[in-house]
Amino acid sequence: MAKVFIYPINSLILADLVERFGHKPLTMMSQIREKVTSLSLDSPPLNITPEDPKLGLKYAAIEVPAGVRGRMSLIGPLIEQTEAAIIVENPPTDFGCVGCNRTNELTKYLVRSKGVPVLEVKYPESDDEARDFVNKIATFLESLPKEKSEEDDKAKNEKQSEKEGKK
Amino acid sequence: MSDEESGLVKIALVSCGSEYAGVQPEFEAAAAKVNAKFIYPEIDVSSVDTIGRDFGLEVASGDLRLMMARAKAVVEGITNADGVFITTCFRCAEGAIVRNEVRRYIHEHSNIPVISYSFTESTSAGTLLTRLEALTTIVRRRHLLTREVQTGLTAGIDSGSTTTKAVVMRDNKIIGMGWVPTTKVLESAEEAYSIALKEAGVSREEIQALGTTGYGRFLIGTHFKAQLVQEEITVNSKGAVYLADKQKGNATVIDIGGMDNKAISVQDGIPGMFTMGGICAGASGRFFEMISKRLGVDITELGALAVKGMHEHVSMNSYCIVFGTQSLVNSLARGATPEDVAAAACYSVVEQIYEQQLQEVDVKEPLILVGGSSLIAGVPKALGELLKIDVLVPENSHLIGAVGAALLASGFVEE
Repeated sequence: MAKVFIYPINSLILADLVERFGHKPLTMMSQIREKVTSLSLDSPPLNITPEDPKLGLKYAAIEVPAGVRGRMSLIGPLIEQTEAAIIVENPPTDFGCVGCNRTNELTKYLVRSKGVPVLEVKYPESDDEARDFVNKIATFLESLPKEKSEEDDKAKNEKQSEKEGKK
Repeated sequence: MSDEESGLVKIALVSCGSEYAGVQPEFEAAAAKVNAKFIYPEIDVSSVDTIGRDFGLEVASGDLRLMMARAKAVVEGITNADGVFITTCFRCAEGAIVRNEVRRYIHEHSNIPVISYSFTESTSAGTLLTRLEALTTIVRRRHLLTREVQTGLTAGIDSGSTTTKAVVMRDNKIIGMGWVPTTKVLESAEEAYSIALKEAGVSREEIQALGTTGYGRFLIGTHFKAQLVQEEITVNSKGAVYLADKQKGNATVIDIGGMDNKAISVQDGIPGMFTMGGICAGASGRFFEMISKRLGVDITELGALAVKGMHEHVSMNSYCIVFGTQSLVNSLARGATPEDVAAAACYSVVEQIYEQQLQEVDVKEPLILVGGSSLIAGVPKALGELLKIDVLVPENSHLIGAVGAALLASGFVEE
């Protein structure tokens, strides 16, 4: 199973496709859910506090608008987990409304610079294009490792323990 | 109880996602203080894809398109709102363009009062309070704001950040005035009020209604048991058109205060669009105080000095009181005359108001300049030069808030 970052970051259709192929979609909904169900906070409607734009400083400098940094405090941690990504260009609003374009530009840049497999597709405008669109996504998702082998996990854990040991 | 019965004002929040900037609790707190609540205009989701073409402004951000769609829903009456608060991120160029055009669109296509603001994550409820108070006053007290004549014996006290002003008015005339520097808010108000009462030859008990405004309005309002405690945007615009005798039709009021500036577009004495500066002391009365001190002249002499100078000789295009001081020191060190420095200071303040605030308010003549800084002769001169129009400084322009408060308070005499 791979953790797949999707763009638009709140697209239900993309999230569903990723899940159907046995992978985990990294979506904005999961981040927002965590915020709105946090009982200790009271900052309606999303429970984002002035601390969040400060957390966003990790991904965008202080000159960047507060709304971008606030959004990045949610999206940035997802990019950190990203193992593969699907980016759909020119999506209409109902495919997954993407709000602030400054955040979108930064998000796509950070995903592309991560060096993970990225599929970039254009939103389809005809039936043929739609078939091609789904096929491309399906092929991409199939190419990703379904299950991580135990050896891989073991190697990763050993590497992590080594790092911690050095510290 | 319905919203109407409880006096709750519904403000449509038209923003690009202030929810993500961490400022929402501050917005909510400011609204609650003025008995208002934010509503989110409902729109058809598909309209977000086409609104750019419909509106004529095609932008990349989905949330900015959502802003335009929400503005349209308000104008078309799909959402019933008493006022609109338009806000986008500070520093976002695309947001600034949309904010401005959406504000203009609502202003041109409806009578709903609008304010716009660019937020940072540090925006506090206190910063928004005066703006939201003005917005809700325009909604709630329209009848009071239509008052054109002061009746009975009333008084107004304007507790400003730098000076406290008081006037006593009888039958549409100022009969007493007091003007003292603000030190301790209550003591300064007591002093200014006493001077005004003495000049008017009346006692406190005889005053039929009292209005307070300015930064210290709540404190002095409670202390003097004022009938009217009102923010300075509505009070000052009313006072300005009253003193300038321009109560009918359009007018633009610019109030350069000690700590902040207001640019208000007024129609028939009722404020429409307004902006309130105040982030930077480089465009306020405070800057003039500092300049006078450095030039070694009294602030009352600064205006006469400025009129004799040429602003072009000194570069003081500063957006900050600290950099302004630097420019001043450098200019004097290079041999600039105090006259030129004074003129440049006036021009620099006016230029900032022009660049930061008048872009958001449609300037319609007459342009009425009020506030303590209007008495500095170089200021109206610089403003007139910059805008290429005649600037009207009414008599007693520095007493604008106190006069507006006394005028509006007289509505309570009749009630």
